[in-house]
Amino acid sequence: MSREQVLVSIRFALANAGICPPGLPAARPTQAIADPLARFIERATLHACSHERLASLAEVPARALAWLATRGEPGALSVAAPLVGLNWPADLRVDTGAASEATVAAVSLAFAGIAESGTLVMHSGPESPITHNFVPEFHVIVLHLEDLLPDQEAVWTKLRATGAMPRALNLIAGPSRTGDVEQTIQIGAHGPRAVHLLLVG
Amino acid sequence: MSTATGNFESRAALALKDASLQKALGNFKPLFVAKRASAVAELTDFEALRERAAQIKNAVLGELDIWLERYAEAVEAAGGKVHFAFDAEEAREIILRICREAGAKTICKGKSMVSEEIALNPALEAAGYEVVETDLGEYIIQLAQEPPSHIIAPAIHKTREQVADLFEAHHPGRPREDSVAGLVNEARHVLREKFFKADVGITGGNFLIAETGSSVIVTNEGNGDLSQTLARVHIVTSGIERVLPTLDDLSVFLRILARSATGQDTECYTTISTGPCRAGDPDGPQEYHVVLVDNGRSKMLGGKFRDMLRCIRCGACMNHCPVYSAVGGHAYGWVYPGPMGAILTPLFNGMAEHYDLPNACTLNGRCQSVCPVKIPLAELIRTLRSEQVKAGLMPARQRTLMAAWGWVARQPGLYHALERFGSRLLRARAGKAGRIASMPGAAAWTGIRDLPAPSGATFLEQWQQQRGGEQ
Repeated sequence: MSREQVLVSIRFALANAGICPPGLPAARPTQAIADPLARFIERATLHACSHERLASLAEVPARALAWLATRGEPGALSVAAPLVGLNWPADLRVDTGAASEATVAAVSLAFAGIAESGTLVMHSGPESPITHNFVPEFHVIVLHLEDLLPDQEAVWTKLRATGAMPRALNLIAGPSRTGDVEQTIQIGAHGPRAVHLLLVG
Repeated sequence: MSTATGNFESRAALALKDASLQKALGNFKPLFVAKRASAVAELTDFEALRERAAQIKNAVLGELDIWLERYAEAVEAAGGKVHFAFDAEEAREIILRICREAGAKTICKGKSMVSEEIALNPALEAAGYEVVETDLGEYIIQLAQEPPSHIIAPAIHKTREQVADLFEAHHPGRPREDSVAGLVNEARHVLREKFFKADVGITGGNFLIAETGSSVIVTNEGNGDLSQTLARVHIVTSGIERVLPTLDDLSVFLRILARSATGQDTECYTTISTGPCRAGDPDGPQEYHVVLVDNGRSKMLGGKFRDMLRCIRCGACMNHCPVYSAVGGHAYGWVYPGPMGAILTPLFNGMAEHYDLPNACTLNGRCQSVCPVKIPLAELIRTLRSEQVKAGLMPARQRTLMAAWGWVARQPGLYHALERFGSRLLRARAGKAGRIASMPGAAAWTGIRDLPAPSGATFLEQWQQQRGGEQ
């Protein structure tokens, strides 16, 4: 069996080399961030995200639709289940399922934000399809500012506290891009062409 | 296993005469270097992070069997399957079997250097599958039927016009696009259909996390995510050396990977995947497989080249290599180019067959000064040369000359006499110009540049003159 073959080959090599495992280094000291929100916005903007600040979740439908209107007519809208109870217009088709080829826009709820890198952390689950993060042309992400954490390590701590690792965890830093043709950065490769952040609180 | 004919010398000579390639490389040279420098400068503890990253890798490599078992246990606890492949052939067989059992027809691939290493695409295509590379650079070279020429920018050797020609030839019914934006958009539309059609998604694994049984990919395009999320079956291909203990260790590497690779502070997407889709999940693959490829790595672990197993495939070494910048990636003859390829290719595919790779290095050391995991690349290249000599691979003429020089160097009287003679001879030949434009026996040098003339006195003579013979 190959599993044994590989492991035996590793053990043989290590024994032969007579290496004493050096042990893991201590954790990286946490770097203090003076103004986490300012840092988050600075980085997210650098990654080509636009943003606006909202006083409460109730403002999400109006603000999300206003931004999407500047991008064209989305038709149906994919919305994360926790946000579907908000006051969306009655004539708008709102879908909480997985995204399809027809999906143009999605509104999602972030698990956390990372100040250090201006990153949004999205997690999979019954109420948060992963396809919403990659299939739409336009992506609105809602972040409760109480979920803004200083760095990745703080996200891992929060995850460990929830008890289970989600199937997929997406760290998102702006709309998709590529530099594969003559190293010219082009926004809008395979994922969203634009990402708009609604920062609540 | 090599992807090219001839040797490095002949391929490099062709590359230097290839006008399109030289144009593409001319565009490439300064960008990555400048972007990396500024991305690194903004981190106050970048050097400490490099050191920490190297320490983490060394610790894991020192107990690799234990970390792999912990990782495999965690993957299986999350409902995934782990397959160990001792060599490339076995890795291909495992992947073919998974695709067969899934009743697959179409396979979408995210970028994976291991899949290039094990020559997966030809095997899948021979078995009748439609295989689509979805990273834009990989897609371009798939259309061109070429191997990658750079590990993170596989189509860097192609100009925009060449990409436009390829798309025009392969996308019938679409108008020709000539702008970068138009070409990217065209690929987006063409590949969109494939993502939704795919039965199997194959991605690489930048890191594997023992704590959670997760695989991690970093991309800018989102192609790897669409490949692995929309297909029924997700297969991760990864080298056995990619395992890290915890998510906190991952954070150390995520801070240095993008900065070293493209000079970004972070890649656009970092995705951590743990097992197949769960009860109630609206999307995600029904099966999750990890194929852990050894293919010579466990043997490297016990030898002189074990430091090479720290490599995280960022490409910084080739971005800073004057030889790579002049000849591009294809001259290296296999899937790994540049300094890391000059070490890996002879180790994987034979020191004799790739004799000239480690010898086509100036030992300037820029690669190791930027390597995020502090691999002593220049030292490893020197070690490889010495292994080649020990194995009797040095050409007879060179060996004879080196032996003759070695003998003379051990006779101080004779050595100094010859040195004085040679120095004066070269001085005389240079004449008033002070440089030598042609020289019998040194045409390879003087054919493209002048040889600077020595001053006429040897170093020892000048030393004695200036220091009055003091010891």
